[in-house]
Amino acid sequence: MQFKHKIAGGDFAKAGNIASSVKKILRQLNIDHAVSKRIVIALYEGEVNVVAHAYSGIVDVDIDEEKIKITITDKGPGIADIEQAMEEGYSTATPQVREMGFGAGLGLSNMKKNSDSMNISSVPAEGTIVELITYIKPDAR
Amino acid sequence: MTIKEISGIIDGKVICCDDKFPGSIEYAFASDLMSDVLTIEKENLVLITGLANLQTIRTAEMSDISCIIFARDKKIGEEIISLAKENNMILIESPHSLFHISGELYKAGIKSIY
Repeated sequence: MQFKHKIAGGDFAKAGNIASSVKKILRQLNIDHAVSKRIVIALYEGEVNVVAHAYSGIVDVDIDEEKIKITITDKGPGIADIEQAMEEGYSTATPQVREMGFGAGLGLSNMKKNSDSMNISSVPAEGTIVELITYIKPDAR
Repeated sequence: MTIKEISGIIDGKVICCDDKFPGSIEYAFASDLMSDVLTIEKENLVLITGLANLQTIRTAEMSDISCIIFARDKKIGEEIISLAKENNMILIESPHSLFHISGELYKAGIKSIY
């Protein structure tokens, strides 16, 4: 099962809409509760990142029997130093993002914690691609 | 602890959906930082916050948190209430501070997560 959603940069009112709809689909598919919670939390953090930092983004969700692969591709400023961006507490978020309850530099590490594998590639001034894979049966990791 | 008991302790006003709650609350977490809330693995908890926006509700939805207490009489907009209703969440307004609410609930036996 594959589907695609668009994210508009700066649109905080809609941040989380994709994670919410994916959560409903995972429930319908009877995916283990703890597994689906990890997936939607990682996706939600990813959505917030795009809304907070990029101009636009696309989320591709690919669900098969074994795993769920989520690819978040954005057009934006990119990440110059991915290692630094992964450090808990490091953030370039604006005051507006902080007012929404985010921007404390926990997003990427939270995404990593809530997925079985996370890959980030980025080109400064072009954009970032984050690929998240989570196995549906925890013993398949 | 039931929603009615919690609400009574904190002089709260239940804004919506208290009829949807299936059981009792055992834990609480107080934060305005939603990324911190998203790190919680426990369920059956109440979130105490001063942050009243749509992302509070979205965060609770992703974290399977079914009850939110808003401290210091924060104004809860219609959009927030409508999204909470969609997700069968209970929203409670309290005139007290985050510290006061946390203290009263802790004293009454609600457990801390960390």
